[in-house]
Amino acid sequence: MTAVERLQDVALRVAALVGLYLFWWFATSRADSLFFPEPTDVLPAVWDDWLTDGDTWTENIAPSVVRIFYGFLLAAVVSVALGVAIGRSRRVSEYVEPIVHFVRSIPPPALLPLFLILFGIGDTQKVVLIAVGVFPPILLNTIDGVRSVDALQLDTAAAYQISRWDRITKVMIPSASPKIFAGLRISMSIAVILMVISELLAATDGLGFRILQASRDFAYVDLWAGLVVLGILGIVLNAGLSMLEHRVLRWTRS
Amino acid sequence: MTAPRSRLSVPTAWTRGAIGVLVLFALAEAMTRAEFVTPAYLPPASSIVGETVGLLGDGEFWDALGSTMWATLLGLLRAVVIAIPLGVVLGLSKRAYRASVTIVELLRPVPSVALIPLATLVYGRGTAMKVFVVTYACIWPLLFNTFYGMRSVDPVAVDTARAFGLGRVKTAVRVNLPSAAPFIFTGLKIASAVALILAISAEIVGGGASGLGIEMVEARAVSDLQRSYAYTLISGVIGLIVYVVLEFVEGRLFAWNTSSEVES
Repeated sequence: MTAVERLQDVALRVAALVGLYLFWWFATSRADSLFFPEPTDVLPAVWDDWLTDGDTWTENIAPSVVRIFYGFLLAAVVSVALGVAIGRSRRVSEYVEPIVHFVRSIPPPALLPLFLILFGIGDTQKVVLIAVGVFPPILLNTIDGVRSVDALQLDTAAAYQISRWDRITKVMIPSASPKIFAGLRISMSIAVILMVISELLAATDGLGFRILQASRDFAYVDLWAGLVVLGILGIVLNAGLSMLEHRVLRWTRS
Repeated sequence: MTAPRSRLSVPTAWTRGAIGVLVLFALAEAMTRAEFVTPAYLPPASSIVGETVGLLGDGEFWDALGSTMWATLLGLLRAVVIAIPLGVVLGLSKRAYRASVTIVELLRPVPSVALIPLATLVYGRGTAMKVFVVTYACIWPLLFNTFYGMRSVDPVAVDTARAFGLGRVKTAVRVNLPSAAPFIFTGLKIASAVALILAISAEIVGGGASGLGIEMVEARAVSDLQRSYAYTLISGVIGLIVYVVLEFVEGRLFAWNTSSEVES
């Protein structure tokens, strides 16, 4: 892309955003419906009542982000370990793959009522729900990644008498990591969905809880502001994951 | 390391898969029978399967299933009608594509389940609410994959068609659309899984008269663990059926195409 083209591209994107805003403003002011407040009310609320409000950070944003973090971490650790074990042997994967595919086919929110019985309404249930929901895509991608590791590299490492542990951690996992990250990226939106739904059903804090409260109080501006904040959170989480990926996978682009 | 799959290995894969499932079943059964795990967490696997089979003879279950699947299908259809034509038209122009991707990237991260409280206020607690939420969620994977499909067309093929005197519309229909079709189908596969997820979520959170999610919440309300497991099992079977059917159709429709995976 030349400099001019790049400038045109930015201008186009800015124009698209302005267009979106104008559409939102025009549609809501014409509709004049309580359910659909105007952006001139919603956006200031996003800033004043959410992003610059200390209580919102401690009672809504932080608990939600922490749940996603632990759910993700749990799923990533378990599925990378399992994925390495399964991916190394065609035979083992033939034994367990139908089970993994079945677990993947369960719509994750369907696990929520069950987990509420098993783990109560606290953080454990929410973290486990997120972990189980994001686990299948990460596992399947890890298996895929481990399978595509260059056999020659592994044989070479073995011939040089590099220990099995080092072969796994220094050869296998690094070369599977682009695939592992692909699994993490797919999982991020599932994690956010499960975080929200678990907070909508039984919670005392978190973003979903605040949105539910707003809808019960018919506080439509706060409700819409919450949706905007969730969108921002999604963008920030994805950007964070991309940055991590960029750092970790820097060596693959040499 | 791994030999290419021969024709012979397909039956072994099936047998091994079946053995894996049976071993898991036996293990779960043995653990509960030996009181390794208290029945308060995991009832014996045989009783869960028994409960699941019992549900199949229950009229209420079929009503609930019908209600959920109806909302799933309706929402998916609406998303298809909205997203695919939009994706095709916007995907034809590079500028329109860039502008709309910017908007999509902004709207897509809003998790669709967060719309359920608003949707129940606007649409009440019925099919209309479920269909709205399902539609919203399904639009994004369909739109994204249609975009990618339209942009991934071989420029030489387009130039050739134009050189042979095909008009803009004809080129779009004869060249762009067929090459985008496998991508669009990938979008449909993702969207159908999303549709089922959102229909059940809308029932669990929003409530209503009938649906699998409602049955699940009711089982939870009386702490009926066995029934909760049974519903989880059934929802997995439904998800699996949807997946297998779509894979089969894809294989039939796009046997000529090697691979076109776009994540969303």
